Amino acid sequence: MTMQAPVQVVAPPSGGFEGAGGGGGRIVEWLRRNLFSSVSNTLLTVLVVWLLIEIVPPVFRWTISEASLWGDSKAACTGDGACWTFVRLRLHTFLWGHYPDAELWRVGLAALLLVAFSVPVMRDHVRRRGLYLVLLLTVFPLLAGILLVGGLPGLPYVDTSDWGGLMLDVIISFVTVAGALPLGVLLALGRRSELVVCKYLSIAFIELWRGVPLLTVLFMSAVMVPLFLPHGVSIDRLIRAMVAFTLFNAAYMAETVRGGLQGVPQGQEEAAASLGLGWWQMQLFVTLPQALRIVVPGIVNNIVDLFKDTSLVTIIGLVDLLGAVEQSLKDPAWLGLAKEGYLFTAALFFVCCFAMSSYGRRFERRLNRHRTGAP
Amino acid sequence: MIRRPSRRAYAAQWLLLLAVLAVASLIVSDAADNLGRRNMHFGFGFLADRANFDIPFHLVAWVESDSYGRALWVSLLNTLLVSAMAIATATGLGLLIGVMRLSVNWLIRNIALAYVEFVRNTPQLVQIIFWYFAVLQTLPPPRQSILMPGGALLNIRGLYVPAPIMGGSGGLLSLVAGVLLVATPILWRLRRNGHRIGARALILPLAAAGALIAGIERIEFPTPSGFNITGGIQIPPELAALWAGLSIYSAAFIAEIVRSAIEAVPKGQHEAAHSLGLRRAPLLFLIVLPQAIRIMVPQLTSQYLNIIKSSTLGAAVAYPEIFQIFAGTVMNQAGKEVETIVIVMAIFLLINLLFSAFMNWYNQRVALVER
Repeated sequence: MTMQAPVQVVAPPSGGFEGAGGGGGRIVEWLRRNLFSSVSNTLLTVLVVWLLIEIVPPVFRWTISEASLWGDSKAACTGDGACWTFVRLRLHTFLWGHYPDAELWRVGLAALLLVAFSVPVMRDHVRRRGLYLVLLLTVFPLLAGILLVGGLPGLPYVDTSDWGGLMLDVIISFVTVAGALPLGVLLALGRRSELVVCKYLSIAFIELWRGVPLLTVLFMSAVMVPLFLPHGVSIDRLIRAMVAFTLFNAAYMAETVRGGLQGVPQGQEEAAASLGLGWWQMQLFVTLPQALRIVVPGIVNNIVDLFKDTSLVTIIGLVDLLGAVEQSLKDPAWLGLAKEGYLFTAALFFVCCFAMSSYGRRFERRLNRHRTGAP
Repeated sequence: MIRRPSRRAYAAQWLLLLAVLAVASLIVSDAADNLGRRNMHFGFGFLADRANFDIPFHLVAWVESDSYGRALWVSLLNTLLVSAMAIATATGLGLLIGVMRLSVNWLIRNIALAYVEFVRNTPQLVQIIFWYFAVLQTLPPPRQSILMPGGALLNIRGLYVPAPIMGGSGGLLSLVAGVLLVATPILWRLRRNGHRIGARALILPLAAAGALIAGIERIEFPTPSGFNITGGIQIPPELAALWAGLSIYSAAFIAEIVRSAIEAVPKGQHEAAHSLGLRRAPLLFLIVLPQAIRIMVPQLTSQYLNIIKSSTLGAAVAYPEIFQIFAGTVMNQAGKEVETIVIVMAIFLLINLLFSAFMNWYNQRVALVER
């Protein structure tokens, strides 16, 4: 190794001196810039570090070091920490509700089918992405529905009131997205239409569904829709809820897609028209691909929001993850474990939603990789 | 314009209208049929009937012999109360977290990021239920209340805050304070010697506060007596849980709105301000915030609308807001499903309309006039 020069003429970008202490120099420089850059900044850092020292160790003790995980009942939860035994023993109900044990393989198979149908849609260079998307949104729900409901020889019937847990949230979300996305696109196009009827019907639909709380909509589906059906006709409660969800979220998707449609330069439509493309062809091949690409983050946000909103079905009596936790907490054998139950619910939702939004960010980056600079 | 619809499309839209009207009339006739079968008749006369139930928390007087109509009014006030409280705290907290997200300090930036990410990726209902069942319901009974700073007591029955008792002239002083507050924006805009009075008009709200404080005779502190607490204002745990859940959830979204609005102000503005010698605080208030607010207001308005609509989640923690009381208890008792849901939806649509009208007015007012 050559001797280092005593004075650096040009400071390296990292700001530290090269040499044996180079790494340490960079760390010190980072600390100085980010944590101790000014007097007020230093004071803030000290305050925050003190708060962290006060808060983190007790939380860690409660959650992990003094918590109980093994055992058969609440009596196994000795110690001052959290009683994760409750979660472990009831995990089955939290994930699939009261789906019969013997038929759980159908749920696993449906999940595998979901992965199989989704992978072609999400891969990098796919030529017929639209086709795979249509397959995902039409053929897959059919297959999965038959699998999960049964009623065929070899597949005993499982009533939808036995479906529950996280599985129910995923099912409701998936069906809602499958229905709300196309419907939302149609509504957004209708809102921009020159046809008076289409335009005002779309506006009325969108404003009506966006103006009322989701709970009212769900309540309406549970209580009022049976009134509106002809006598003797009844629709399954889960299907009613899913329809209500779909219509509600279609309005929000429509607003998101409308933003995208407004972002497509008008020249695109003019060029398409000058090539002789009809209105539908123009939308399908020119406008929508660009519009949807612009609002992928908005659509991902809508999907994450609707996944979170599926927890509202507990209030109309369907037992999803939140409902399963609430039911288990009412069991006399597990009283007083509200913190553990709801923290677990929050954590599970967090993991799913965070994964979805991270994936959405990556998907958006991949979609727009062909763009070099600013749009 | 090139987007002239074809004649076929033009004719088809009337068919669409016909189809929609046909379905609507089918629904209405089915509903009338079903209602007739159950011997119920459509009508709003039930609003005058006696309620016969108690509402545990009410801002105006309520007794069991009041009508359903009054129950609607009481529960609507409860909804507006929790919404107003949540909007105020969510905005404050959201502004704070939003500014923290832009901080130079790495710790503060990432703590704010963790907060936003965790709160945004968890359902609001779960958060509200957590605050109620996992936190507030595990508090000690009134005899072992926790003493909070300022003399407030916290226990399982709620939060008891010290209550200021106004003296004899309290009513008059409140009126004076109200007038001063209303006059503030008017005075702000007045011009004198060529300058707007502007921020100097803030002396009026200060005077209003002074008037109110002068009218306070004494402060009633909550004290335990027997098994209960006397004195002070009681904030029931349902209200507190709903308030906390709504505020904390919305603050995360407002933080993102604030952050993206401030970041959307072009970098050139900062650089020009620096080149003029403006330092951090005047730069923020004179240059960045006015431009950021223009971007923020529409998004904030729709976030406030979401808060008002999410207050219906109070039904999960038994807070007596409009959904729980009117679309719950009243509907079950009076059996008028269609009418109650129609009323509740109409109220929310009206609130929505008011907010949209305000947003349109504001957007037009601050729209950038481009060359």
